Amino acid sequence: MVSPQNTPILEMTGITKRFPGVLANDNVNFTLKKGEIHALLGENGAGKSTLMKILYGLYQADSGTIKIDGKLENIREPNDALKLGIGMVHQHFMLIPQFTVVENLVLGSEPKRGGLFMDLNEATKKVLAVSEQYGLAIDPNAKIMNISVGMQQRVEILKALMRGADILVLDEPTAVLTPQEVSELFEVMENLRSLGKSIIFISHKLKEVTAISDMVTVIRRGRTIGSVASSETDVNELARMMVGRDVDLVVQKDPAKPGAEMFKIENLHVPDDRHLPAVSGVSLSVRAGEIVGVAGVDGNGQNELAEAITGMRKATSGKITLNGQDLTNLSSRKVFESKVVHIPADRHRHGLVSDFSVAENVVLRTYYKPPFSEKSVLHWDVIKEEARKLIEEYDVRTPNEDVACSSLSGGNQQKVIIARELSQEPEFIVAAQPTRGLDVGAIEFVHRRLIDARDAGKAVLVFSLELDEILALSDRIAVMYEGEIVGIIDRDEATEEKLGLMMAGVVNHNQKNVAAGGEG
Amino acid sequence: MTTNKKWWQPLAIPIIAIILGLLIGAVLMLLTGANPIAGYAALLRGSFGSAIDFSETLIYINPLIFTGLSIAVAYSAGLFNIGAEGQIIVGMLASAYAGYAFAGLPRLLHIPITLLFGMGAGALWAAVPGYLKAKFGVHEVVNSIMMNYIALHLSHYLVTGPLQDPKTTLPYSPDIAPTARLWRFLSPFGDHFRVNTGIFIAILAAILVYWLLYKTTTGYEIRAVGFNADSARYAGMDTSSAMAKAMLISGSLAGLAGAVQVMGVQFKFLDLFGFEGFGFDGIAVALVAKNNPFGILASGFLFGTLHRGSQTMQAMAGVPKETIGIVQAVIIFIVAMEGLVQGWIPGLEKITSLFKKKEADV
Repeated sequence: MVSPQNTPILEMTGITKRFPGVLANDNVNFTLKKGEIHALLGENGAGKSTLMKILYGLYQADSGTIKIDGKLENIREPNDALKLGIGMVHQHFMLIPQFTVVENLVLGSEPKRGGLFMDLNEATKKVLAVSEQYGLAIDPNAKIMNISVGMQQRVEILKALMRGADILVLDEPTAVLTPQEVSELFEVMENLRSLGKSIIFISHKLKEVTAISDMVTVIRRGRTIGSVASSETDVNELARMMVGRDVDLVVQKDPAKPGAEMFKIENLHVPDDRHLPAVSGVSLSVRAGEIVGVAGVDGNGQNELAEAITGMRKATSGKITLNGQDLTNLSSRKVFESKVVHIPADRHRHGLVSDFSVAENVVLRTYYKPPFSEKSVLHWDVIKEEARKLIEEYDVRTPNEDVACSSLSGGNQQKVIIARELSQEPEFIVAAQPTRGLDVGAIEFVHRRLIDARDAGKAVLVFSLELDEILALSDRIAVMYEGEIVGIIDRDEATEEKLGLMMAGVVNHNQKNVAAGGEG
Repeated sequence: MTTNKKWWQPLAIPIIAIILGLLIGAVLMLLTGANPIAGYAALLRGSFGSAIDFSETLIYINPLIFTGLSIAVAYSAGLFNIGAEGQIIVGMLASAYAGYAFAGLPRLLHIPITLLFGMGAGALWAAVPGYLKAKFGVHEVVNSIMMNYIALHLSHYLVTGPLQDPKTTLPYSPDIAPTARLWRFLSPFGDHFRVNTGIFIAILAAILVYWLLYKTTTGYEIRAVGFNADSARYAGMDTSSAMAKAMLISGSLAGLAGAVQVMGVQFKFLDLFGFEGFGFDGIAVALVAKNNPFGILASGFLFGTLHRGSQTMQAMAGVPKETIGIVQAVIIFIVAMEGLVQGWIPGLEKITSLFKKKEADV
């Protein structure tokens, strides 16, 4: 670790920002030293993004001062911030998918030939020079739409660097990355630190924060709770600062008391969108009162498997049964009516109609049935009452049930989905990435609910890319690699190392073992 | 209903757009040497100056409400029904036919049947692009436009052939039977009052469309598919069927525009020189109303008034009626730039609050 020098490159003092009805930042102080990776930690909606948007000139603070290199500055718009050497990598990338890496990087300051034509060679040379300088390897001629999310993020970072950023703000950069990409990003961040760049790392993932940052500033409900050196704290203290109470990072649970085998997949084959095999001969079973976790690196067929189980994708062969009833290739509605609920991996694409109100989303599955509608006429009073009940029960933070889901935070959107699905009295729960993008408080809540469902005798199948989550929830763990289940092990036998080797395809239990694992 | 904003906020942008549109119209009039106050006065006089003017204005508003609703229903399902123009034409043809072919039916039966013929023809015309979209994913815009031309040329053929009035060589169909005509409720005051019960059918249609979209499971499905077809599919909805229903309802509303035009105004099908533009103007009506059925009543009223008044404005104030075309274009333009205009609203609020502060200081 490079020891940060003592000159603050950035000092934000007494920042207050009020939105109608919300005090987003209440006298917030934040100091960043040169050559430091400084994590800004807080729950969703705590005010981290507001503070950074003020720094980047997207919002104006109601009061407070910003000093860059000890000099008082007035940042009215992003251009001012850019001139002061502040660069921001947004959570949602601002890249043009049809353009190449180089075209995106020089956009707005294209080198010209003859004053009219873009000099692509010159641009490529420029881009390569910068990418070499910072050790950020990229393929300059690849189109953005054809490169991985991790690579796209790298392009965004390069873009900020090319515009002369000395202070880099990374807004939840790991939210969209696979574990491998996260470690690559951390290497990049460490390298940038060694080159004297200062980095503000916005996150709500405690492990990442302690792993990469030098300092951590915690914000809760718009206020600075404190700044601590990462070396002098631990995840439990940070969680307490962040949430304001002790948090169970691993939810306590009793040993499972599994009953009879309830859900069963036999030799299932499922193609992906390009009609290539994504799931190849998977067999798996889940017993009543048991949580089975499916681990694996993203893109090894987990999504396709979850979608085939829940009727969103057709299997080409194999069989899916619940309590002996054949569910193979039934429609999504038929599967749902067979008491299978589904928390989908992509809540924006599948789980919610974001433009619909909370009330409208609560009945997305059941609107066509009494008591929510009769003879095709919706009963809004009943729907709204149901929504209010679930908002209360699942602690969804929303002004009321008429608010569009798009205006809720990610965690609250996920709570709406979980409330809708778990309130259906399911027999079998398929939860894909149930806590993606959620903060620790919300994760605890979701895990608690899934374990409660297990204890009530439901069968639960959890798909997760987070090993921590798999280990926290599962009674048995299946590992997927290249469309196959390479092994099923009991939670007691599982370690991160063991699972890691299986996820990488190094250890491959044969299919007999898989079947035996299924027996329990 | 999915908002926690203040009640006026959805209205802010259309109102800003209308004010700016009229201001830019005024600047244009000044530049061309006309007096904008006289111009707009003439416009208002043309639309509302006398009972007969108002009657004619309502007649122009009437089809705009139907086509606005038509576009809004399709758009709720994420579809762009640019084919309303053609659907009106076939609606007119079908109701003109039912109007004279079923002569002898009692009024109570003849009027609904004639309306249904118009709606059915419009729905059929919309079904073609709707089916191609739902079944094969062919973009509905391309097919709708082609269906517009088929309708136009089909009407030329029919009105100079099978549907032509045998008593004449001119290109129009026989008069529809009195039992198929909508009641011109001001006719006791004079035969020139053409305003008819069609305007009430339009208001009823707006209420029904609102009810359909927001109070029924079909409307819920249509809106879910329009906002996010993937989640609709996840929720177990039949997205193709929802799109097809939206397109059929959209087509029948456009067909209804044609039927009311024949049954209340023309009493026959008159050969068209080209597209009348109600279908295209309906897009603007729906856009300014942001697809809200009751908003469409208001924006249909606005566009009808501007159009009708522009003719008087040209005659009386010497302002070319194309000026109003520009005003309409500006309104559409600004409403379409919603995101940009939204950014102006805090500024406007700041300005108004400044005034308030000054008042407070005094």
